[in-house]
Amino acid sequence: MRSNSYTLGFTTLVTIILGIMLSSAATLLKDRQQLNMELDIKKNILQALNISGQADVKLTAEEYQQMFSEKIRSYVIDKTGHRVDEMKPEDIDPKTMSGFYPVFEKVINNQTAGYAIPISGKGLWSTLYGYLALERDCKTVMGITFYKHGETPGLGGEIEKDWFTSNFVGKQIFDPTDKLVSIQIVKRTVDESSAEAYHQVDGISGATLTTKGMNIFIEQDLINYLPFFKLAHQTEEG
Amino acid sequence: MGLLSKKSQQVLKDPLMSNNPIAFQVLGICSALAVTVKMDTAIVMTLAVVFVLSMSNTIISLLRNFIPGRVRIIVMLAIIASLVILTDQVLQAYAYDMSKQLSVFVGLIITNCIVLGRAEAFAMQNSVGKAFLDGVGNALGYGIILIAVSFFREILGSGSILGFAVIPESFYSAGYENVGLMVLSPGAFIILGLIIWVQRLITKVEEEA
Repeated sequence: MRSNSYTLGFTTLVTIILGIMLSSAATLLKDRQQLNMELDIKKNILQALNISGQADVKLTAEEYQQMFSEKIRSYVIDKTGHRVDEMKPEDIDPKTMSGFYPVFEKVINNQTAGYAIPISGKGLWSTLYGYLALERDCKTVMGITFYKHGETPGLGGEIEKDWFTSNFVGKQIFDPTDKLVSIQIVKRTVDESSAEAYHQVDGISGATLTTKGMNIFIEQDLINYLPFFKLAHQTEEG
Repeated sequence: MGLLSKKSQQVLKDPLMSNNPIAFQVLGICSALAVTVKMDTAIVMTLAVVFVLSMSNTIISLLRNFIPGRVRIIVMLAIIASLVILTDQVLQAYAYDMSKQLSVFVGLIITNCIVLGRAEAFAMQNSVGKAFLDGVGNALGYGIILIAVSFFREILGSGSILGFAVIPESFYSAGYENVGLMVLSPGAFIILGLIIWVQRLITKVEEEA
């Protein structure tokens, strides 16, 4: 049996060596990982706005970058829905600033074709991050994607799968009297004959709490953008 | 393989077939089910496990005379966990999409019984060279099963191999459909069960009653 001081010394040494190894690896790889993450976010915006097609279409990083700079106009709006020209989406620091929201506008042939907004909030185990895209009428869902979450694979993790997200396409976030009803993910499947079906989405078995969280944060995020949607809609009609 | 002695060859070859960690010892099942929907994830997972297991066996064998017996498990875990985190970081930097698909299962290599099992059962008693070979052998033994399971799951469940469609369109128009069950976990259980059966038929192993 080794002495206590040997054991202590040995474990300390191992810990220090492994610690140095891991922290230097993390520091060295950080820039590359950061780039990958930013590209992934752009991919998600493009996908939500139905520009890059299905998830299994493989494009190179440059193609995505080019697509993003050609077809997306990004800007920041304030609480009243007006554009803040001196800011860019990446300037918003959610920790220190509130009341500023990024918008990613899909522009095809100089015409607005849709808007993507970031959505995020608590699922069951983790915070979910994604984008919700609306048609140019600011009422109809064009697509939804999630790029970061820590939900259980196979259960809550299914939120990022096509079979689930494709159910959102074409749903309405306002009721016929123009009141915000947001999207409601139901348990089991949507009863198509119900009067509420226009804003309801099929749920995921085994992920009721994840989708409950989604119902709450999607509505909250939409409320933040209501003034912007009104303004955008007016210019659309006027 | 004239380079290796008979004993070393055995260390490398046994876990591939007769003493396969998944099929014979039934270890590491969790990830075998989770990452075998498609072949590309199974292959990347195999490479990750080859790296982690051969390195952890080598390092632990190097330190085997210095590791205090009372804290050996925690020291092994620290080494294994560090190697796994390193793998995860590298994947995030150089194969981001793959690391997203593998999600938590790269991290879960830490808890894969094969890794700690080989450290405790082999690397602590054997020389560095043998421990390295044992690590490679066991990781490949694990990988072979993973790739075999994923091959059947992908071709039956998605009609493709490594993402390329192999079932001709004419089959689909003639009424053939992909087997949805294969994409889900039960499909992995069924395939894995069949593979274990075949493996035991060949190696003539019988479970003690």
